[in-house]
Amino acid sequence: MSGGVDSAVAAARAAAAGYDVTGVHLALSRNPQTYRSGARGCCTLEDARDARRAADVIGIPFYVWDMAERFHEDVVDDFVAEYAAGRTPNPCLRCNEKIKFAAVLDRALALGFDAVVTGHHARLGADGLLRRSVDLGKDQSYVLAVLTREQLDHSIFPLGDSTKADVRAEAARRDLAVADKPDSHDICFIADGDTRGFLHGKLGATPGDIVDATTGEVVGTHEGAYAYTVGQRRGLDLRRPAADGRPRYVLSITPVTNTVTVGPAEALEVDRVYGERPVWTGGSVPAADVECEVQLRAHGAPVPATVRVEDGRLVASLHRPARGIAAGQAVVAYRPDPAGDVVLGSATIATTERAGAAGSPASGGTH
Amino acid sequence: MPTPIRLFDAAFWTGRRVEDRYRPDRLDAMTYLDHAATTPMLPEALDAYVATARELGNASSLHAPGRYARRRVEESRERIAAALGARPSEVIFTSGGTESDNLAVKGIFWARRAVDPARTRIIASAVEHHAVLDSVEWLVRHEGATVTWLPVDGVGRVEVDALRVALDEYGDEVALATVMWANNEVGTVQPVAELAGLCAGRGVPLHTDAVQAVSQVPVDFAGSGAAALTVTGHKLGGPVGVGALVLGRDVECTPLLHGGGQERDVRSGTLDVPGIVAFATAVEIAVKGRAEYAARVGSIRDALVAGVREAVPGAVLNGDPIDRLPGNAHFSFPGCEGDALLLLLDAQGIACSTGSACSAGVAQPSHVLLAMGADDDRARSSLRFTLGHTSTPGEVDALVAALPAAVERARRAGAVRAARA
Repeated sequence: MSGGVDSAVAAARAAAAGYDVTGVHLALSRNPQTYRSGARGCCTLEDARDARRAADVIGIPFYVWDMAERFHEDVVDDFVAEYAAGRTPNPCLRCNEKIKFAAVLDRALALGFDAVVTGHHARLGADGLLRRSVDLGKDQSYVLAVLTREQLDHSIFPLGDSTKADVRAEAARRDLAVADKPDSHDICFIADGDTRGFLHGKLGATPGDIVDATTGEVVGTHEGAYAYTVGQRRGLDLRRPAADGRPRYVLSITPVTNTVTVGPAEALEVDRVYGERPVWTGGSVPAADVECEVQLRAHGAPVPATVRVEDGRLVASLHRPARGIAAGQAVVAYRPDPAGDVVLGSATIATTERAGAAGSPASGGTH
Repeated sequence: MPTPIRLFDAAFWTGRRVEDRYRPDRLDAMTYLDHAATTPMLPEALDAYVATARELGNASSLHAPGRYARRRVEESRERIAAALGARPSEVIFTSGGTESDNLAVKGIFWARRAVDPARTRIIASAVEHHAVLDSVEWLVRHEGATVTWLPVDGVGRVEVDALRVALDEYGDEVALATVMWANNEVGTVQPVAELAGLCAGRGVPLHTDAVQAVSQVPVDFAGSGAAALTVTGHKLGGPVGVGALVLGRDVECTPLLHGGGQERDVRSGTLDVPGIVAFATAVEIAVKGRAEYAARVGSIRDALVAGVREAVPGAVLNGDPIDRLPGNAHFSFPGCEGDALLLLLDAQGIACSTGSACSAGVAQPSHVLLAMGADDDRARSSLRFTLGHTSTPGEVDALVAALPAAVERARRAGAVRAARA
């Protein structure tokens, strides 16, 4: 229970359904004041209080579990290391994979609980399939697709059939004070939302060049290649405009040479995506090519694709090119379904390419 | 929403929703093993509180209602002084243990340093309550204090020789020493009179936090030789929010709170007349009945210790096996996490503690256990059971019945944590 409206309503629904529910708030920082200090986010003492009050109103026991060390190692350190390696991590996904449905779930199972209930917006029905929420704007199946079959078998997502508006209305009906609490959007462990500043504090200044992919010219400098994301256009501060006057985007980040490469929008286009460490939510590895849709970033639009397994990697051949695909993000394969698109599996994006144009700018290069 | 899945632990969990069953006003229906956190008010103290709360008057006013209120305060002061072996003028009413500890440590430090700027050293035991510990550390950080921590032995008893050495080495620069009368976590009773004697020999005032001791072991302020002593209401059957610092007549103490000049000008603030009357009632009853209480509660505690040892072979009793508070039993359960055990026992309607409470709800390994030489795992695996005036043998039976299953689950959780460490 983060202290937000979703987990409060999820807990209330689980209790109402007859489960014996115990509320758990995760302490993710040894010093809560060092993380977010406003009303948003998930880590403050105020949020812990909101979660406690929700548990009071629902009528369930409530405890704070200390996951600060695990969170720091598995999520925060990983986040910094990924950026340092030129990739763009998704810390919420990592937190689900390593904390909420691993450290918390393992502890809960050991203590005799059966499952972890969360307020994620995704559907997990009796058929065991993970599907998008009915509220596509709030759908969080993308950050849950990393869960294994075993993890999903011990997970309950009571909100998947409801829109966010329904959840808020229900919270108000249940007298939960968090009914009107603003959504959290930013990364919970970056207090002011300034990711670049956070990374700068962790990794220090490492000045380097910004190079134009077309001409090979140095067109600017940066204070650390880690601060850039493939597809980024703003904040490049380039000294010279491109010859054709068109905007330039970050095409790749090369940590070895500390170089950020920029170029025109069309150079961002990729149509093949290679993913490492695939997880097949259905439990079995696809034997043949699968026609499906893939989502390549949080809140990204799905793209039709053919997915297959090759040397233990997930390979997605996109039916139409996608732009700004960053290594470190997840590629999630969905099977379109009128009852809610079904998650087939996911993997961490390692490399991308434009088919027939080997050596063209690949996000993050090869790692 | 799927229907509830099969509960593989059905016997343990089903139908036991603790929040649904809990009745805060039904002491007889709960297993409350956390009297060191707070203990129920004595009926006489509650009656005294309610009766006095109906009466009007600010004890500092000069008119009849004020004089009446003041009379109730002074009668209470005399009762408490008599019960604790102090003079009435030595009883300074405060809001409780934390304030009394802060006032003693900071106030005596400031007053002694004002007289002699060389006196900036504090001698403190390593097992003090956070109200003392954090006050000392605040003085180190903000007031240039230095500190000598007195080590404890394996059962949590302060090493007297360490005080002797510290006084020999630093005697002329010591502002005060502070050693609790009895430890709030492991229950070990400290040799306060011996420590106070050493301090007195060097002209050093000794403060002692006797919050857990009064009502459980004999406490005589004058006889102990201490310069200041902390006592609070809610640990002995009085209300929460009222306590006292017993401060020797000749001990200078700079106030924390400035204002109306109440309480010898050491502690300003309108006096809480009903709280003080109820506090005095509780102190008087607790001290008068102490020997009988210690025998009765001590025998239930002994049964608890024996029962826990039988139910959980391998459980380790922490603290002094003999010289301890009669209501205290403190164990380490190897392989378990204390907070997991607490959760599991709570689900069975059994209330206990992992030690001293913590602000953010995140358990830190106990500094008391660590000072006693325990490693991090043993410190985290500990659980405190404390008995009080309402305790019954039936509560011990409930604990002993629930403990094996809880320990088994907590060990599983501990194994999960160890495997990932």
